Amino acid sequence: MSILLKIENLAGGYYKEEVIKDVSLDVVSGDFMGIIGPNGSGKTTLLRLTTRILKPSSGKVYFRNQDILAMELKEFCRKVAFVSQDIATDFSFTVMEITLMGRIPHLKRLQFETKKDIEIAEEALRLTDTLRLKNRHINELSAGERQRVTIAQALAQEPELLLLDEPTSHLDIGHQIQVMDLLKRLNHDKNLTIAMILHDLNLAGAYCNRIALLDKGRIFKEGHVEEVLTYQNIEAVYKTVVLVNTNRATGKPNVMLVPGEK
Amino acid sequence: MIRDLKRSLFVLFLLLCAAMILATIKGTVNIPVADLFLKENQPILNMRLLRILAAILTGGGLAVAGIALQAILRNPLAEPYLLGTSSGAGLAAVIAVILGISRLYMPLAAFLGAVASILIVYNLSRENEKICDKSLILSGVIISVAFSSIIVFLVSLFGNEAMHEMNWWLWGSLQVYDYKLVLLVAIPVLLGIFVIYLFAQDLNAISMGEEEAIHLGIDTQNIKKLLILISALITASLISICGIIGFVGLIVPHMMRSIVGPNHKILIPTTCLAAAIFMLGCDLISRTFFGPLEIPIGVITAIIGAPVFIILLKRKKKAT
Repeated sequence: MSILLKIENLAGGYYKEEVIKDVSLDVVSGDFMGIIGPNGSGKTTLLRLTTRILKPSSGKVYFRNQDILAMELKEFCRKVAFVSQDIATDFSFTVMEITLMGRIPHLKRLQFETKKDIEIAEEALRLTDTLRLKNRHINELSAGERQRVTIAQALAQEPELLLLDEPTSHLDIGHQIQVMDLLKRLNHDKNLTIAMILHDLNLAGAYCNRIALLDKGRIFKEGHVEEVLTYQNIEAVYKTVVLVNTNRATGKPNVMLVPGEK
Repeated sequence: MIRDLKRSLFVLFLLLCAAMILATIKGTVNIPVADLFLKENQPILNMRLLRILAAILTGGGLAVAGIALQAILRNPLAEPYLLGTSSGAGLAAVIAVILGISRLYMPLAAFLGAVASILIVYNLSRENEKICDKSLILSGVIISVAFSSIIVFLVSLFGNEAMHEMNWWLWGSLQVYDYKLVLLVAIPVLLGIFVIYLFAQDLNAISMGEEEAIHLGIDTQNIKKLLILISALITASLISICGIIGFVGLIVPHMMRSIVGPNHKILIPTTCLAAAIFMLGCDLISRTFFGPLEIPIGVITAIIGAPVFIILLKRKKKAT
């Protein structure tokens, strides 16, 4: 198994405030990795540092042994795609136009999308079950549909690695499962490597093969689901009492909340 | 998609030709078409042709500059004068009149004033080597208000006959007497439109959000800076010969977005032609409706533009 993304002693954040203090993490080809941690632990900042939105103050990120800052930005975006929590725009692009934007890293300046680009976009829409929405405007869709279109856009980039920032946070449980199943299928059938931020510990437990638990800008624990999702780890990081037992349907750890007051 | 673009461009091109012919044969003075090409009417014909050229340049230039700013600021309601160009140019022109500088140099003064105000606004909105959208809009508004109040201050102190000439300027006019000046302005305007079109794809991505664009491989910060400066250059060049012509850069892109969609690869060329047609139409109204009186072109674009704008705004509110 080859290492796709290597994060090495990474530190960085915003003006005057270093959110990520020291993170080293490997994403192996074929991984379905979950990144969890309390608010402010640096999950989103970590992804922003690895997708070149922010520049690290120290440390390096490598994609297939290549320093990502030394790669041409379009080249990088042909390998690594990112899905945000939601998209909002005042411009009423159609679903097809949004998805075709995923082809931008593959196009030259002024080049119109070719037949092949349109086929790739349609395939991405088919995979995310949104092909029937092709000619609808993005701002008319429901949150669940919109989220699947953003995933379609990222798939149209034909990446090797897909990074997602809480793609399920605006969705109800039905749509959450739908999106997670879709990602699992892409991971399994298309051999797409996935690393995603998740708030819901049980979703992370049910779908991910590896989990990184972040705390105050550092990796608190990283490893298999059973190693990370223990009540000791969770209580130490989230400062909350929880019970962990086994989900009878999946055989994976299940985290239950214990109210502070009864 | 390319086929749609070709078809729309073909239709718009025919309309533009029709508008140009109409603008050539109609005017303040009624001359039969056949007589228009007589030697004694040569000056009138030349003047009309020059006006047509000025109308096409201002329409296309302001509309495309507007599109670029709307995408960059992710705000369909942005307009080319947002960067303080109009008041900067106005202030410089007023100072030039007070100093008794020859009318010949008025366009140069206006151009320099516009450029100066853009540079101030641009630098005010820079934070850590990045251009902050909100600061850009805010500093544009503040500089506009500050410069406008200085204009009023100077006019009340030194107000005289010369100031009345300023009026055409505040409401715009396509009456240009010097063809060399029009050609001189045509170069930055046409070049600017072309460069903005080169970045059509990038504008699509940037209008989805700055970070979204970076995730699609777009060098957002540098492209933003380049396109803000180019839009400003187009606006400053046009303002120096035609004064302030409002609403064109706002409503024509808006109308075209609702017809051809927001994809900039199609939106930019079609809007460029549509705005040229719009300006030719407005100019025709301004010089023939109350002939021989001429209504300033900015008045016409505003009278047509304001209601259209309100309708669009109301429709948008309903949609969201």
